Amino acid sequence: MSLLANTGVLLGKELKTEFRSRELLTTTIIFVIIVLVLFSFTFDPLSDEARRFGSGLLWLAFLFAASLMLQPCFLREQTNDTLSALRLSVSDPFAIFLAKLAANTLFLMVTELLLLPVFAVMYSVSVVGVLPWLVLVFFLGSLGVSIAGTALSSISAQARMRELLLPLLLLPMLTPILIASTEVTAALLDRSPYVLWKGIGFLVAFDIVFLTALWLFGEYLLEE
Amino acid sequence: MTPRVSYPAGIRFENVEKRYGGLYALRRVSLDVAPGECVVLAGRNGSGKTTLLRIAARLVRPSGGNVSYSGSSGASGDEKPSDRVRPGFVAHATMVYDELSAEENLLLFARLQGVERPKERVAALLEEVSLTERRRSLVRTFSRGMRQRVAIARAILTQPSVLLLDEPVTGLDSQGIAWLAETLRGMRNAGCTLLMSLHGESEISALATRGIRLDAGSVVDDTSAGAAMSAVLAGAGE
Repeated sequence: MSLLANTGVLLGKELKTEFRSRELLTTTIIFVIIVLVLFSFTFDPLSDEARRFGSGLLWLAFLFAASLMLQPCFLREQTNDTLSALRLSVSDPFAIFLAKLAANTLFLMVTELLLLPVFAVMYSVSVVGVLPWLVLVFFLGSLGVSIAGTALSSISAQARMRELLLPLLLLPMLTPILIASTEVTAALLDRSPYVLWKGIGFLVAFDIVFLTALWLFGEYLLEE
Repeated sequence: MTPRVSYPAGIRFENVEKRYGGLYALRRVSLDVAPGECVVLAGRNGSGKTTLLRIAARLVRPSGGNVSYSGSSGASGDEKPSDRVRPGFVAHATMVYDELSAEENLLLFARLQGVERPKERVAALLEEVSLTERRRSLVRTFSRGMRQRVAIARAILTQPSVLLLDEPVTGLDSQGIAWLAETLRGMRNAGCTLLMSLHGESEISALATRGIRLDAGSVVDDTSAGAAMSAVLAGAGE
């Protein structure tokens, strides 16, 4: 069975289990809304400060969301050793990663798109004119976070101090992509919005490099 | 009746070693399991049975040595490449999702493995494991024995040419054990190679054509003679 067909079947399983339990999406969305509301109390939402710091706070909230979502991604497979069953069933182990990172990207995008109106209202920022660009940045940023996060989640799930290990590995690795995403978002939320192509180029490059690395070495990450 | 497997396969272990730090789980194990053989691995807890089975399933990479599958098609005798063989595996853990129903679990693994007409195959297997009525119930609501039946059904979805079983009777009641014995007998007669670990003699161990006893990661007994094999199997859970 082809890589894409296997990925499709596994993605269907990921979505089915999540939408059946709703444990990840619900808790993450509530948590991130609380974070944004708390941040909004620290400065006057009508000031230029809000516009300046808003993008950083937004991506910080997304980072919290990602940490919450990525942790159980491979941990769930440990419960009944289902990861072994998947490894025995798929023709290419990369399908396991592809399905998980696609599901993580989708969940992150859903969280981000639900938060965007909340953010726009609380920080008095107009996002309508730049919405397509924001969606593109959210997609590229979330994809990068998911690729790196899914790979690290597969490593940390097999470790003893797994709850501690993932954030410890994740944060330094995500720093470049968070800086780029924040800069591109800040440019889009400016009083005279513009597209920071250098940042978008960096996000695309990051995604391609990490996806290729995962494709080449992912199989070794799944070994016991 | 189970159809004959398309390419009977044997397993060859050559000087297989597995170390976890300084601890040896397996020490230079060399074995040849012929196509169609039914081999029972016996030995105390920690003797290396599970490690050997997981290495055979390619889930664990050995620290040294090599494991390969060999086989020939019944018709032409052509050698099939080792990677063509995808063994079925029943492990300690059930290897099925608690949040999916029995039917969803089996359909998932059937589709991943490219089973033809997956819905029909899954329906037939659910009937075989007596779970048709509970097919839409989530696996987390099942008893250990019912979960084990789903686990076994998952392992035989593709009618594999090699079936690896790690203490497959765990959680099964006497009816379940009788069903498993009948299923494994059918698979053995169809040319499937069986390699399993067991504790003590049972209806399942009666199927064995060969008994191997492991101790501290080494093969200490390997026999296919009736009385000697009984002694190996009787001492399995000592």
